[in-house]
Parts: sequence; structure tokens; C-alpha cells
Amino acid sequence: MFDALSDRLEVVFKKLRGAGKLSEKNVQDSLREVRQALLEADVNYKVARDFVKSVQEKAIGDEVLKSIEPGQQIIKIVHDELVTLLGGQAEPMAPIDKSPTVYMVCGLQGSGKTTLAGKLALQAKRKNKKPMVVAADIYRPAAVKQLKVLADSISVEHFHLEGKKPQQICAEAVKYASKNFIDLVILDTAGRLHVDDELMKELEEIKSLTNPDELLLVADSMTGQDAVNVAREFHDRLDITGVVLSKLDGDARGGAALSIRQVTGCPIKMASVGEKLSDLEPFHPDRLASRILGMGDIISLVEKAEETIDLEKAEKMKEKILKSQFDFEDFLEQMQQVRKMGPLDSLLGMIPGAGKALKNVQVNEKDVNRMLAIIQSMTIEERRNPKILDGSRKRRIAAGSGNSIQAINQLLKQFAAMQKMFNNMNRMKMKGLPKGMMPF
Amino acid sequence: MANPFQKLRESLSKTKDNILGKISRVVLRRKIDDDLLEEIEEILIEADVGVKATMRLIETIREKAVQENLTEGEQVIDLLKNEIRSILLSNDTDESPIETKPVVWLIVGVNGVGKTTTIGKLATHLSNQGKKVIIAACDTFRAAAIDQISIWADRARVDIIRSQEGADPASVAFDAAQAAKARQADILLVDTAGRLHTKSHLMEELKKIRRVIDKAVEGSTILSKLIIDGSTGQNALNQVRVFTDAVGCDGLIITKLDGTAKGGVLIAIAEELEVPVEFIGLGEGVEDIQEFDSSKVVEALFE
Ligand SMILES: Nc1nc2c(ncn2[C@@H]2O[C@H](COP(=O)(O)OP(=O)(O)O)[C@@H](O)[C@H]2O)c(=O)[nH]1
Ligand SMILES: [Mg+2]
Repeated sequence: MFDALSDRLEVVFKKLRGAGKLSEKNVQDSLREVRQALLEADVNYKVARDFVKSVQEKAIGDEVLKSIEPGQQIIKIVHDELVTLLGGQAEPMAPIDKSPTVYMVCGLQGSGKTTLAGKLALQAKRKNKKPMVVAADIYRPAAVKQLKVLADSISVEHFHLEGKKPQQICAEAVKYASKNFIDLVILDTAGRLHVDDELMKELEEIKSLTNPDELLLVADSMTGQDAVNVAREFHDRLDITGVVLSKLDGDARGGAALSIRQVTGCPIKMASVGEKLSDLEPFHPDRLASRILGMGDIISLVEKAEETIDLEKAEKMKEKILKSQFDFEDFLEQMQQVRKMGPLDSLLGMIPGAGKALKNVQVNEKDVNRMLAIIQSMTIEERRNPKILDGSRKRRIAAGSGNSIQAINQLLKQFAAMQKMFNNMNRMKMKGLPKGMMPF
Repeated sequence: MANPFQKLRESLSKTKDNILGKISRVVLRRKIDDDLLEEIEEILIEADVGVKATMRLIETIREKAVQENLTEGEQVIDLLKNEIRSILLSNDTDESPIETKPVVWLIVGVNGVGKTTTIGKLATHLSNQGKKVIIAACDTFRAAAIDQISIWADRARVDIIRSQEGADPASVAFDAAQAAKARQADILLVDTAGRLHTKSHLMEELKKIRRVIDKAVEGSTILSKLIIDGSTGQNALNQVRVFTDAVGCDGLIITKLDGTAKGGVLIAIAEELEVPVEFIGLGEGVEDIQEFDSSKVVEALFE
């Protein structure tokens, strides 16, 4: 987050300010930064190189060179190209329309297969389908039990044959399903530390015995350069139909996804965003593109906000932000709304530029409570116009909220930084700040 | 049991081929120029040597080539070997701190890196050295995690202190720490639930576990060991930073290093971090763990 590409490009272009016109060389310099940012996001070297080449051709046009904010212009081109490469639009999973439809889940150990099997089952259930999970990982200690516990927790049928080989377990499961009106069979297969021939053979056999409608590779979004090799080997042997990116709830930039997409040509279909079984989302290429570039994930944030926040209020708030009229009154209201949305840190990571504005600020619940106490000790007038806060007012607030004057000064500073961030965002004209845009 | 160095050499053989092997082929009959350096850069990045270490290696070659008037591609090899060696050896320390028993190893890391398996292997490894080991099953969150660690405890033939799924991990830790003291254990290995470092409430929970242990066995040495999956990319650095802030980090354990070409991450870690790597995981069996010895790794990579 902290080395967001936009910060770095700003540095490149700052050097040029006053130099008059931009040249092709300047564009090349900035694309070198882009390439570096991609590598730091774990995009495969060759993929990054080819990508930058193709962007270069587009970026050396007049529009970029003459534009007022060439840095933003280049980021926009890079972003759009990334979205295209990532598949443009979210692609749906194979429909659950057979008796039964079969999803087979595969991937390396610890990537999140078993958890995904549970998540897919829950999702099917919510669509009024009858799913069944099949435990075919007979190697990892307690893996069968793990799936059983997950299945029980959502009242989904669990299939396993003690002492049988995975191939047989899966084949029997499909037979059982077709007799018992199961709509969706989800096969949780074994993983290994790394791709090995024995495992691939097992998976090939399971595939040919069960004929899955969807063969999903689960890829950990924290994976480095090895992602390409893993994806290639799975794809060569199994012809996967889609990729699920897991652990996107962390702060990995997720460049591995781009590499996997490039190498396999397979769509990334879902994003796994937490340990709870409800933490599964359709994959959105545009969001991942922002993330790879270190631009945060504003849209997820807004969606989260929309689920919990009074829309009308939020619209008003957005107006205020756009007009730079945001004051402590609004801040207070926002904070109270936001608390309903979940842990602050996970929200904060999604805000573009927040990393920069709040660089040295540790945000935790305690700090937030302190902030709220301070603001609540202000008069309405003070909240609307913090400029009037002089020494004696600050002392009163300090005493009233049980804080030091320093704490109050710090909050004022943070608030000013935030206002500045909003101004920047306004300037960046973030793609149509969607309705309900939340500032914090 | 196979000779450990042999095992290390085999495990890292693909990494070796992937770094030095490839570079040796690329430099054959070539002059040192921008094109060649770019190809070397590609090889290093793809071996997960990391952006920072790679850029530094390339810059060093560029400078030294000028200073020492080197022109032939093959001359790059020795430069690289020397630089990589000095990176890998840079984190070595030879002081061994005084420890008060029971020494507690708090095993932490993000989801799916192999904490539980590593504890199983560590238990075996440490018992084989004649130490009395106890395991605390503090991953009470993930489904069947307690069963999984119990199986490993059986395999290693060590005691385990456990509770039910959903129990408060700190209270399991407390009981385990007291048991470790009462039973005069040398080492208590504390398994914790995987957690992404970005979730502050989970990091708070970890701090609490540490505080509680501190209370239960006052004066004991408590060490946090962070497990990192060898196939993790640049995010490994964030992981170290945040876990260090929360519960400290006395050493790293890098897992899943066998068989594939992922060993480059050891160079990235040594370049960017001060924390020493203490163990490496080289497979799924109980014996597949080794104390990290940088000079041995250098030997396995280069000779
Ligand atoms: N934070 C987070 N953790 C996940 C996610 N998916 C899986 N996990 C965790 O990752 C670990 C390994 O998952 P598991 O499903 O057992 O992986 P498998 O070995 O591929 O079956 C477990 O601790 C899961 O709780 C995710 O999207 N986010
Ligand atoms: Mg599993």
C-alpha cells in the first residue's frame, strides 16, 4: 500500500515539472516504475515485461504527453490494460443444472481447498440447491474431519468412504448423488507441498471418473513467482476450467493472479476473502487491477458500505466531500456508521491513498474510541469549524474527554490530512465515486 | 536416515539449477552488456530472489564490471556467487542467548503456511536431541485443527495439552504453560491458529496468548517463531513486519522448500530482513526439517 504506484509516478513526474513538455523518454521512465510495481506485486517477470511493452505503445500517444496529469493518465492506461488482461468481466461458474453438477476443487496444500468446498456448498444452498461435499483428501491428518465439521456447520451432506482410495470415493459419491437428488457435488481433493506426478495421476483419474462441470484451481493470492509453474502444471495435466483466488482478505497485492490468467488463459471466477464460509465473492478484474497497482479497493469498500449504511445520508456525505465541506460533525456520523461495517483496519486498507495520508497512524479500536470521545466533547460549533479551537477550548475538550492536549492536536492533524486526501481524490476524479462513497 | 546435507542438497538442487544453472548457460560466450544483465535479472526475479535483492545484485555486477574491467559474461558468475554468499551469511549470529526453562516457542503465521505440520516435525527433532517437549493445541478455531495436531503429537510421542474447538486459546496456553513447568519440560511448542496479519483483532488475540504465557511461567524464555511458506512472494515482508510488531519475532521457519525451485526466497529474506532463518522445512515427513545453516545452504547452492 505504502509504495503505491501513484506515489512513485508522482516522484517521476515531479522531476519533470518545469521542464516543459514530456518526452517519450519520460514515459519510458514511468513505465519502468510500472514494471517495478508489477514485480513487487508478484506478477511474473515475463508477463510484466510483455505487459509493459504493450502499454508503452498505447502510452506514447499525444494524449498522454500533452495531458495535464500524465502520471494519472498512464495509471489509467495501465489499469485499463490490466483489467482487460484479467478477463474484463467477472465470469460466472458453471450453472447447477444437472443431477448432479460436479465441481472439483484442486490446488496445493494450504491454499484453501477444503474451506472453498464449504463455501461453495453454502453458496449453492443459498440458491436453494442441494449440495454435497466429498472428502477425497485421505492423506493430510484430520482433513476428512475438517470437511465434516464445516459441512455440519451449514447442515450440508458430507460423503466419505473410510479406507477407500480417493478415485473410488469420488466416483461413488457421484453415483450416490444422482440417486439421492443431490444438485451439486463438490470434490475436495488432496493437495501436496508441490506438484508431483503421483498426485496429478490421482487427480486425472478422479477427473475422468467424475467428469466435472467445473475444475477449479485454488491459488493463494500471496504466492510469488512460483504461481506460474504451479498453474501451468495443473492446467497441462487437468485442463482446469477456472481459478479461485484465496486469502484476498490480506494485504497481498495478488499479482500472481495476472500470471496465472496469462499462462492458463482460464478465467478467475471467484475470490475467497476470509475464513468464514460466507466469505466468497465473484471475482472482479477491475478491483484486482487497482490492488495490483496499489490503488486500494474502493469498490469493495463502497459495497460493504452500501450493505450497512443509510444510502441517503451517504449520498449527502459524498456531496460534502466533493465540495470539500466535510467537518467533524460529518466525521462523527461517519465513524459511527463505519463501526457497523467491521474491523477498521480491513476497511482502511481498501481506501486509495489512505496508506499515504495515515502513514504513521496506527488505527485500532482504542484509537477510534479516543477520537470519538474527543469529538463528542466538542461543541457543535467546534465540530463544524475546527479552526476556532484555541488553547482554552482544547484544554476544555482534553479535560472533558480524558485526553491530553497532544492527543487533540494529533486528531486535528489527522483530520486535516484526511481532508487533503479527499481533495486529492476529487482531483483524481476516481472513476465515478459511486453512490455511498465512504470517506473513512 | 539419509545424511542431512545430502537431503538439503537434493532439496535445493532445483533452486541451484534455476539460479546458477540458468545463469551459467546464459552467460556463455556473451559480453557483459545491458541485454545480458536483463536476462540475469529475469532469472533472479523468477527464482523469487525478490525485487530488492535482484536490483542490488544487478547493480553490483554493473559497478564491479566497470571497476574491475570485466567484459566476459562468464566473469559474472563469481561476482554473483560472492554477492549471494555475503547476503546469505549476513544474518548469522553466533551468540546463543541464555534461556530459562521451560522455553516457550510461540509458533505463529498466516493461514495455510504449515504451522501444525512444522510443530509435528519440531517436536520430533527436539525430542531426538533429548529434550522434553510438550505441545499446546491453541488453534481452537479451524475445524479439526486439534485432531490434526494430536496426530502429530502421537507421531512424535510427546504430550499435548488441548481443549475443545472454540475454546479460548489463551486459556489453553495458560494451562499448557503451567503443565510444562510442572512436568519440567524443556520446550513448550504452542500451535496457534493461522491469521492474516492484517486483522488486528486476531493479532490482539496473539498478544494476549503471549501475555498469558508470560504470567503462567514468569521468567521463562518466550520466543516467537514466524512460519513463512517458501512459495510466498513479496508479501512475506509484510508478514514479518506486522507479526514482529505484535509479538516480536525471534526467528523464521521457512516451509515447503523441497523439490521445487523456491529456495531463492532465502536470499530475498536475508537481504531484506534482520531476522534470522532458524529452520527450513523440506517435506511432509516427520524428519523433514533442518536447522538452517547458511554456509551449508551456500554450499548446496553453489558446489
Ligand atoms: N484469511 C483467509 N484464510 C483462508 C481463506 N481460505 C482458507 N483459509 C485458511 O487457510 C488455511 C488452509 O485452508 P484449507 O482449506 O485447510 O486448505 P487446503 O489444505 O487447501 O484444504 C485454513 O487455516 C483456512 O482457514 C481465505 O480466503 N482467507
Ligand atoms: Mg484440505
